[in-house]
Amino acid sequence: MQLSTKTEEQLRIVSVKEDRIDAAVALEFKDAMRVETENGPDTVVLDLSQVQFIDSSGLGAIVAAMKSLGAERKMALAGLTPTVERVFQLTRMDTVFSVFSTLDGALAELQH
Amino acid sequence: MANLPPFEISVKSSDMAVRKALGQFLHALQPLELSVEEAGTVELVLAETLNNIVEHAYPDPAKAGYFTIACAHQKDGLHLQVTDQGLAMPDGTTPMGQRVSVDVELGDLPEGGFGWFLIQDLAKDVSYQRVGSENQLTMRLAVAVQ
Repeated sequence: MQLSTKTEEQLRIVSVKEDRIDAAVALEFKDAMRVETENGPDTVVLDLSQVQFIDSSGLGAIVAAMKSLGAERKMALAGLTPTVERVFQLTRMDTVFSVFSTLDGALAELQH
Repeated sequence: MANLPPFEISVKSSDMAVRKALGQFLHALQPLELSVEEAGTVELVLAETLNNIVEHAYPDPAKAGYFTIACAHQKDGLHLQVTDQGLAMPDGTTPMGQRVSVDVELGDLPEGGFGWFLIQDLAKDVSYQRVGSENQLTMRLAVAVQ
């Protein structure tokens, strides 16, 4: 599971460098996310712009990653591709996260 | 729209089997020129169905068998039959697949239970039968409707 992380003005930006977050890699994703977000800024932006597909296991892993941040920290999602966005909408999980269509949009909004 | 002859795909259950089967299946559908949304529906429903087989029908990798997806394109969409020779569905029937509530405290947010909801929400006429030692799940996906 390839993640790339940078910290910018009180934001931790984690970009997923994979086509898919599915059952085959959901656990690996969860573990990698824990490592990338363990310490650091209160707001984590998960950049999903390279991810073309998630299944329910991938969705569960993203929810688990958000929960592991605790109540004091927040996770925003950016760059959802059409099928990924649909999974969030169908399960109503789009109401739980702040969702931004692009990473730039997320940064512009969250850095204020 | 191109006429797609019926076809079947069989893959041995494993961690990577679902990706492999989805890749082959979507490749076989290429003549239909599905939209992104239609292809997404097919991939999601099949991914959830096959994940369940790998996880629950063949839980022991040492005893993993094959699963088969048979597809027939008809006027009202794709008719699928997914079969395996693994463990039976626990109650002899498919889960209702009700939407999981997300209107809860952070710590109570569900991390699972979305699979059958997605299948039941996106697929039509979902039906399960245990015939001898075989699980048979049939469904229709209303894509490439003529």
